[in-house]
Amino acid sequence: MPEKVIRSTFSAVPLRGGLAAQRVRRAWWMAAPMLLVLAAVGGWPLLRTIWLSLTDSELSRLDDYAFIGLENYIGEYGLLASADWWQAVANTLLFTGLSVSLETLLGLGVALLLNQPSRLRTLLRAALLVPWAIPTVVSAKMWSWMLHDQFGIVNHQLLALGLIATPLAWTADPQLALFSIVLVDVWKATPYMALLILAALQMVPVDCYEAARVDGVPRWQVFRRVTLPLILPGILVAVVFRTLDALRVFDLIYVMTSNSRDTQSMSVFVREQLIDFGLVGYGSAAASCLFFMVALLSIVAMGLMRKTFERAAA
Amino acid sequence: MSRIALRGVSKFFGNIPVLKDIDLDIASGEFCVFVGPSGCGKSTLLRLLAGLEEVSAGEIEIDGLLVNQLPPAQRNVAMVFQSYALYPHMSVYQNMAFGLQHRKLAAGEIEQRIAGAVRILQLDGLLQRRPRELSGGQRQRVAIARAIVRQPKVFLFDEPLSNLDAALRVQTRLEIARLHRALGSASMVYVTHDQVEAMTLADRIVLLQPLAGRTDALSVAQSGPPLDLYHHPANRFVAGFIGSPAMNFVEATVKSLCHPGVAVDVLGTIWDARVSSRGLMPGEAVTLGIRPEHVLLGQGTQRARVSHVERLGELSHVYLELPGSGTALLAKSPRDDIATDELLPFDLPPQAMHLFRSDGVAQARYAAQQPADPAHSAFP
Repeated sequence: MPEKVIRSTFSAVPLRGGLAAQRVRRAWWMAAPMLLVLAAVGGWPLLRTIWLSLTDSELSRLDDYAFIGLENYIGEYGLLASADWWQAVANTLLFTGLSVSLETLLGLGVALLLNQPSRLRTLLRAALLVPWAIPTVVSAKMWSWMLHDQFGIVNHQLLALGLIATPLAWTADPQLALFSIVLVDVWKATPYMALLILAALQMVPVDCYEAARVDGVPRWQVFRRVTLPLILPGILVAVVFRTLDALRVFDLIYVMTSNSRDTQSMSVFVREQLIDFGLVGYGSAAASCLFFMVALLSIVAMGLMRKTFERAAA
Repeated sequence: MSRIALRGVSKFFGNIPVLKDIDLDIASGEFCVFVGPSGCGKSTLLRLLAGLEEVSAGEIEIDGLLVNQLPPAQRNVAMVFQSYALYPHMSVYQNMAFGLQHRKLAAGEIEQRIAGAVRILQLDGLLQRRPRELSGGQRQRVAIARAIVRQPKVFLFDEPLSNLDAALRVQTRLEIARLHRALGSASMVYVTHDQVEAMTLADRIVLLQPLAGRTDALSVAQSGPPLDLYHHPANRFVAGFIGSPAMNFVEATVKSLCHPGVAVDVLGTIWDARVSSRGLMPGEAVTLGIRPEHVLLGQGTQRARVSHVERLGELSHVYLELPGSGTALLAKSPRDDIATDELLPFDLPPQAMHLFRSDGVAQARYAAQQPADPAHSAFP
């Protein structure tokens, strides 16, 4: 009898009604509402979109559709054969690459400035968040007006300073439009980057800096050999978050340049196909492609981050 | 040569004085320990020497060179931090090399110095590890090694043992003492709140007291060789801080001035104290002090009830209730069979007495040395 008691107490497998089993059960109950909500608002629409992408469904006759397999993807008029789609992919990637790298560099600079102890710091930290807090549609509209070719303040000032001879069509000129959009995105998202990097900077132990000071290590060396390696995991997280955001960019581009082919992102392309052209099946195929790209990137990024953190933790 | 001189050094944080009017000379090769309770500014004083904080007033000289305006790197000091401050992402080797790489050193010099430090601190086989892969004691040794490779004139230690467990602390204490002998001419300044570290390591102890907003007090309560502070505390603060368990203090009045010594009245009992009577007046209120190890149990004409006994194995702490008062007098005894409520005869030898005036200043003592180990010879 005592032997049996001992075995059940020290058994590696949690027994029915054991404390560990109770905890696991409670955890599932706690998580269940969230899982249900996620399945309803995330899982179901996603599955439905993927299903619709395999049909010839149209907005005007939503209930009357036929299964057509991968026709929307690889058919003669499928997504992968569409120059407009590839243009949208290229625009999105260019936008993402440009804006995220600019935001990272600027964010790092701002974070380093904000990391200097000063009385202004708390105030600046709050002020910094303003661009991030303004709804994108509002700031996009605001910038559209400022960048307006005839009445915009940007052209006015540049002309007054003699930097340009004739007004520039910031959002209409195919050469300039994407650049303008990147500029506005950088203005908006740099604070977000700066705050995430600032959080990483504040995790660097102060005494490491003091040790370097006593040892007389030049400041640039301290930054390159101590600060940067220690905040790299933090920067990486910020870059991944921003990249996933930027790949799905919609509102900024839609408000500033509408459906223009020169600046259309994947999300804008999807909306155009679904709503303007009423091609629910085809649009769903584009949306699914976008989803798979972002999902793939997330998985790669998560693996990369885990490796970095393990290296940092090793 | 690495003499350190402080002249009237003060430090304020805002309007709050942290250190006030410190005059100090630390000789070349001396092991100087700053000790004191928390809030006395001992770590701040060390950071002033390192150049991590700026003095509010006064001058600091290292080797005759005024360093007030010099950045830490040009003061030729190396610091071992309480948290060790190792670079978490660098290996042990890189941690040691990092502070040297920007200096123009001859080829192979860095490797040579690191090899030397590795030998002294027994770090063989750890060079490629990261700090988090090391035990607390190993990290401590790496931190010291990182200081050694810089070959500074002055070593600054900021509570280096406080993160180690008791056994390791004793061992590392011995290593630091050994290191000091091995390094010869370099001065060491060591901050601790632990009086055992201070007593065992120091050539000289500088005991600092918290200012706690007072403007009349000075930071340095007393400075001198460890045994001077033990036998001749300059004031009640020093007497109470040095020695464990702390000295007994009993309120008393001066009865008469005899020669040599003073007779004091403690609740109707007259005790002799062999201290200078200079400046004392009969009837003056004073404080009598005697260390627990100097209270004699089992002899004498006075008797006291034992109110509590703590048995530590090697000895016992015996709390005596002084006749006619609630004040407990702590005595050390090698006996472990003393029972609570026992009535014990006890004696307070005149040559073991300390006497403090109402402002806390000690009367000079005649007896330089105590009778040999009285607590342990009191009982056969």
